[in-house]
Amino acid sequence: MNLNSLTLKEAKKGLLSKDFSSVELTKACLGQIEKYDKEINSYITVCNEEALKQAELSDSKIKDGDDSPLLGIPIAVKDLYSTKGIRTTAASKVLENYIPQYDATAIAKIKNAGAVILGKANCDAWAHGSSGENSDFGPTKNPWNKNCVPGGSSSGSAASLASDMCIASTGTDTGGSIRLPASFCNIVGLKPTYGRVSRYGIVAMASSLDSIGHFTRTVEDNAMFLNVTAGKDVFDATTPYIAVPDYAKGIKNGIENLKIGVPKEYINSGMDPVLSDLFQNVLTEFESLGANIINVSLPHTEYAIACYYIIQPAEVSSNLARYDGIRYGNDRSYFGKEAKRRIILGTYTLSAGYYDAYYKKAMQVRTLIKKDFEDAFKNIDAIVAPVSPTLPWKLGEKVNDPLKMYLSDIFTVTANLAGIPGLSVPAGLVDGLPVGIQILGPQFSEEMLYRVGYAFEQKTKHYKEKPKL
Amino acid sequence: MKINISKVSKLANIILTDEEKTTFEQQLSEILNYIEKLNELDTKDILPTSQVTDLENVIREDKTKPSLEQENVLSNTKSKHNGFFKTKAVLSELL
Repeated sequence: MNLNSLTLKEAKKGLLSKDFSSVELTKACLGQIEKYDKEINSYITVCNEEALKQAELSDSKIKDGDDSPLLGIPIAVKDLYSTKGIRTTAASKVLENYIPQYDATAIAKIKNAGAVILGKANCDAWAHGSSGENSDFGPTKNPWNKNCVPGGSSSGSAASLASDMCIASTGTDTGGSIRLPASFCNIVGLKPTYGRVSRYGIVAMASSLDSIGHFTRTVEDNAMFLNVTAGKDVFDATTPYIAVPDYAKGIKNGIENLKIGVPKEYINSGMDPVLSDLFQNVLTEFESLGANIINVSLPHTEYAIACYYIIQPAEVSSNLARYDGIRYGNDRSYFGKEAKRRIILGTYTLSAGYYDAYYKKAMQVRTLIKKDFEDAFKNIDAIVAPVSPTLPWKLGEKVNDPLKMYLSDIFTVTANLAGIPGLSVPAGLVDGLPVGIQILGPQFSEEMLYRVGYAFEQKTKHYKEKPKL
Repeated sequence: MKINISKVSKLANIILTDEEKTTFEQQLSEILNYIEKLNELDTKDILPTSQVTDLENVIREDKTKPSLEQENVLSNTKSKHNGFFKTKAVLSELL
């Protein structure tokens, strides 16, 4: 087995028992990037030199007995995270030469935990997209089929991990941008509860929805990573003082007698029939693990995309107003088409005379959507649902039809509107393409999601399937 | 529903080509028509949600801390003068 395809847990064990060094592990990832990334295009910037320097430092720390949680582990970082001294573009030409003078809190925590940053991962510019095709640095390809999209917006983070070019990667999820690419690339992706991980220093998209998460090969790896990033940050007032448990601790408790809800609105919604069949098999697996499957209703689901496409562009137009080309970056003529489209839409819905009809109305509907989940969780422990109504689509298929592209997020935006966490876990392959399921729970229930996800993963082992590059 | 693209792009400080104006007008009206769906819902007495985790009045001690040094803050600008950002005049003298 190649070092670069190890799980985080295996890599950490190997490093600590000195089976291999962080330099060897890092070189294996960099070698894989060198070999395959011309085609996959999952990185915007690769930091060969800095990564190897950090790996050497990690090796000497390991010798000294340091066992920091991510020590010597090579990771890819979505290019939305500010990294001190490393170019941070948000995949937009507006920031093509921008070099941050400080680290995002999540980066500071990851560095502090000993991680080796391999480079900055490609994504839809400003995280606007479901396919990765809105990047000003070219689209990322799906490693499972290079004619297909890897899912977005955290396209490069997912594709890079699925192609064994890193051991874990970071992403952001405002309407599905972690769960969709995780599902399309056969890896595990977490959208944490809103506020669980600090947003400070991460290029803001829609501030009331942005969730800072990550991709790993396994559920246990994912919990180990959240142990590092979660927690209160004085630089982000929306991070509450809620204790951070050891997320990896209870994952093996099993799911016998847990009540797993299945929302009928997600099943009767024009899903691709092959995916409906696969999802029925998923429910059978859960039953065989001892869980009770309970039908639930989230009656306002059909309004979620409409609600989201008012709130999100409105907040986008406000957040992107800061890019004036004066203090840093290029001027506003450098914005790509999708950013312009969202700025125009958001400016319109917030403009005088339209605010009540659009933004306020959407915030009221948001209350109803949030309440749907609160009501459902009174009777169940978690929800299991599909991530996407379709398989990964062909590159170019939806680029000229923004509404069609927006509707790809139909099963994912609800979690962002309600602020709840969602964990995407591999559920098998159809026609050689990966399919994921998402496990949703009440706010701050990440421990439960990991427990449910782990039981399913260990029973089915879909994560062991790898693409042929 | 139709957006007055020229007016809105001016508000947003975005310059659009004529071609962009035409496509955006068509695409955005399609999106707005879809959004109209929300009017099916009666939201008369529903409170709006702007923050999902119920935090209120998050405060901190009013203490200063060192910030980035001036030189670092200016490191990404194309236009500076004597340690300041240099911009075009915003206000002009009224004649």
